[in-house]
Amino acid sequence: MSASPAAAFPAFDVSKRDRSDALTIVGLTVAYRVRGRDRDVLQDVSFRVRRGEAYGLVGESGCGKSTVAMAVLRYLPRNGRVKAGRIAIAGDDVHELDATALRELRANAISMVYQDPSRALNPSLTIARQVAEAFEVAGASYDEALPRALEMLRRVRIAAPERVMESYPHQLSGGMQQRVVIAMALASNPALLILDEPTTGLDATVEAEVLELVAQLRKEFGTAVLFISHNLAVIGKMCERVGVLYAGKLVEEGATRDVFARPRHPYTVGLLRCLPGIGRSKDTDRLDTIAGSLPLPGSITHGCVYAERCRLADDRCRRDAPPPYRMSARHGDQMARCHYHERAAELPRTSAAVPGAVGEDGATQTREPALVLRAERVSKTFNASGASLRAVDDVSLELAAGETLGLVGESGSGKTTLAKMLLGLIAPDQGSSLELNGVPLPSRVTRRNDEQVKSLQIVFQNPDSALNRAHSVKRLIGRALSRLTALHGLARDQRLAALAAAVRLPDRYLGARTRQLSGGLKQRVAIARAFAGDPRVVVCDEPTSALDVSVQAAILNLLADLQREHGVSYVFISHDLRVVRYLSDRIAVLYVGRLLEIGPAAAVFDGPHHPYTEALLSSVPTLDADTAQPAMKRIRLEGEPPSPAAPPSGCVFHTRCPRKLGAICEQQDPPYLDAGDGHRIRCHIPIDQLRALQRGA
Amino acid sequence: MSTATPDTSPAPAEPAVQAPPPTPPRAQEPRYERLLILLRSPSFVVGALILLGWVVCAIAGTWIAPHDAYASDPLNSLLPPDHTHWFGTDQLGRDVCSRVIVGARDILTIAPLATLVGTVTGTALGLVVGYFGGWVDNVIGRAIDAVLALPLVIVALLALAAVGASDLTVILVIGITFMPITARTVRAAVFAERHLDYVAAAQLRGERAPYIMFAEILPNVLPPIIVEATVRLGYAIFSVATLSFLGFGIQPPSADWGLALSESYTLMAGGAWWTVVFDAAAIASLVVGVNLIADSVQGVIDR
Repeated sequence: MSASPAAAFPAFDVSKRDRSDALTIVGLTVAYRVRGRDRDVLQDVSFRVRRGEAYGLVGESGCGKSTVAMAVLRYLPRNGRVKAGRIAIAGDDVHELDATALRELRANAISMVYQDPSRALNPSLTIARQVAEAFEVAGASYDEALPRALEMLRRVRIAAPERVMESYPHQLSGGMQQRVVIAMALASNPALLILDEPTTGLDATVEAEVLELVAQLRKEFGTAVLFISHNLAVIGKMCERVGVLYAGKLVEEGATRDVFARPRHPYTVGLLRCLPGIGRSKDTDRLDTIAGSLPLPGSITHGCVYAERCRLADDRCRRDAPPPYRMSARHGDQMARCHYHERAAELPRTSAAVPGAVGEDGATQTREPALVLRAERVSKTFNASGASLRAVDDVSLELAAGETLGLVGESGSGKTTLAKMLLGLIAPDQGSSLELNGVPLPSRVTRRNDEQVKSLQIVFQNPDSALNRAHSVKRLIGRALSRLTALHGLARDQRLAALAAAVRLPDRYLGARTRQLSGGLKQRVAIARAFAGDPRVVVCDEPTSALDVSVQAAILNLLADLQREHGVSYVFISHDLRVVRYLSDRIAVLYVGRLLEIGPAAAVFDGPHHPYTEALLSSVPTLDADTAQPAMKRIRLEGEPPSPAAPPSGCVFHTRCPRKLGAICEQQDPPYLDAGDGHRIRCHIPIDQLRALQRGA
Repeated sequence: MSTATPDTSPAPAEPAVQAPPPTPPRAQEPRYERLLILLRSPSFVVGALILLGWVVCAIAGTWIAPHDAYASDPLNSLLPPDHTHWFGTDQLGRDVCSRVIVGARDILTIAPLATLVGTVTGTALGLVVGYFGGWVDNVIGRAIDAVLALPLVIVALLALAAVGASDLTVILVIGITFMPITARTVRAAVFAERHLDYVAAAQLRGERAPYIMFAEILPNVLPPIIVEATVRLGYAIFSVATLSFLGFGIQPPSADWGLALSESYTLMAGGAWWTVVFDAAAIASLVVGVNLIADSVQGVIDR
């Protein structure tokens, strides 16, 4: 390890036991014992979180982010062991504590918020009991705890804390649950708060609220935060400093602004580049990807852990592990474990231009609007124990050949129900009509003919659920081929090989079961299966939300390529607006089962937009790097989406609309206003006025 | 630890291609791993050895047995155990040791077949009920619950009294009384699978219900079925022995243990304990052996 002058790089000066640090980690190496062998999942990780500072830890799944958190809490699984290194919380070495002191530490000095709030809360206790318990553990008496719990709920901006206190976790929304968990974590007024992917399961608007809350609370309480996330944009928004983990090593570290503006490690560069930034689209450029995949923990014993996937790597990288090179940057010191850290930012791009003449191809396709799928006044009412629930209300859509329609909305907006009706998995209400290629489409898939069945396929969100784990890859794709095409025997095998090649699935995986594949490979199998019958329309239901960003980029590129080659149309559902923007030609915005806005992607994003779309767009965290356009002011939506069981009268959005006009919004269903070029907005505010309002904002 | 293989040099050929990971699919399938864990568990080994011993007796009993199990010798009836008759002789002078060895055959034929009948029919019923749900589940599911409320041995006794006891009817009756129990286990497992997306994907390529049930869902619900079947086998052995003891099971002149017990339990009062103890111990050891196997299989599968 290089012996750099300590004074110049205070973050690495750990010689004096600085009690002002909330967390100090020095040379942490953690091994998990798997099948009798130690595998190092963390190697020589060092960083410090100062008092009151927010420190972000990013990296793809399997990099060891959560292991850091568990090691800090001394809560490693049974087969995990700290082999070397020191962890100090507020100056106390965690691994020297006895059982009582450790309990004390967990009760008073450190708190953790997990990814899934619904699993972090006890379903059979009221919120009051659970939050009060957190105070009792921290030392409050039984009588004190309840009023303090109520006060804490108020501080985490819960609107009606008295009512929430009496509720059980399942009666609260995901965002509300996460607030409760945060309230519990803050009960002990900890020196360090660890947030492990706290917003990953939440909708964009809710995510924005929770992040805002964390930022505000940090100011109020002065708590240091260790923020673990795979989402670079979230880290960029929340944290002063960031550490990038790759295969158990901290490959880069520094002030967030420095690292994002001038990354010094090729992995960081790659991660930043594979995000579909606002304004990028499949027609103009391909996304960067990071070739290869994460090595098994502990499998690389010499050389740089990233050498295998790095395009700057040479013999030196494969031979010598790079030491942490330290340098000073604009906002503090920066560290990168790369021999060629000066050149990292000039890493050659992987993304070539879009193959084929872009203008020509794209233009001819959009010029001939051959209609493939038409949904006319589609509604769906579920009857649940006497109450009727209108999940989708009177939605009309059209889909042209070779185009992507992005379907956007929060959870519960009816996106998936709508998609399932198109596919024939759910029968729509009477009066709804579906048409494929101008021919009426039976509502149930069992009533559709072979041609119709193979024309409409789906790629599900979660490949673990969508691919039968009992079948081999070959059988998964082969069965779809024999059902959807008339091919048999050799011809089928050839087609299977061609299909696997088309989705870039290496041959040697054909005999494997899905559990042996990585997430990205599984999704490729699912895509191959969807394309087996040469479909006309493929519904993509959040196909990349379970994947890491670099894999997401590769899958998005693949979907764009397949669309270009096959002229297939996509209905693309996603909560990630940047992903939707990248892949979509047109975008439809749903809210409580109603279509609020539909139009060309660029028009919907650039405005004028529906006030709801405006709020959605403003809640997307962006990287500093792509704020070429002025940052939008964050629009906070008050309250929660109304229940589809009891939708508000008039405009469904009027209960939360920041641009509500008045009584007209509550009484009359707004008309679709035409903003030109097929862009329709369902609002009482005239288009010109909307445009003026939003430009002013 | 192996060194990283440098021969997979990252060729910048097709940019979008995700270079495959350097490690091939894991050689060790969890399936083999499970088998290995099973073979290492002491309770499984003990259970398997007990079962194996009885299976050998069932197959080769007539050769292993020191005497002819069916030859009566009235002059030597009710001899206590000694070096010629290790377990003594019964009231007809037959060698108890030989009869215990040969007696494994009938119970080890009938009990597994009954379990098989119960598992197969129960699995089919459970798949149908679980897959279709709705009113099918309401009607058949309630019927299953109703049947489960009846005491099993009484139902079996009534049924056998009605149709007459024979090996075939014992198999069918025990199998059918096991059916609802297996069906309920399978139904619960199918309910969990039913809402996974691969079922929807199969529907979307036009698969028919039987294919989805048997080719798509069944392989994934096999683990609980296997556990249930091993547990049922223990019960089946016990049920066959009970029915035989009550005279509705295996019929004379079989050397079956339950039958032997019913023939000689009155002799206990006269002090001829050996006519009862060894047969009872045989039943007990077989049931314990099978249950040990069932326990360890469950432990491995539910991990």
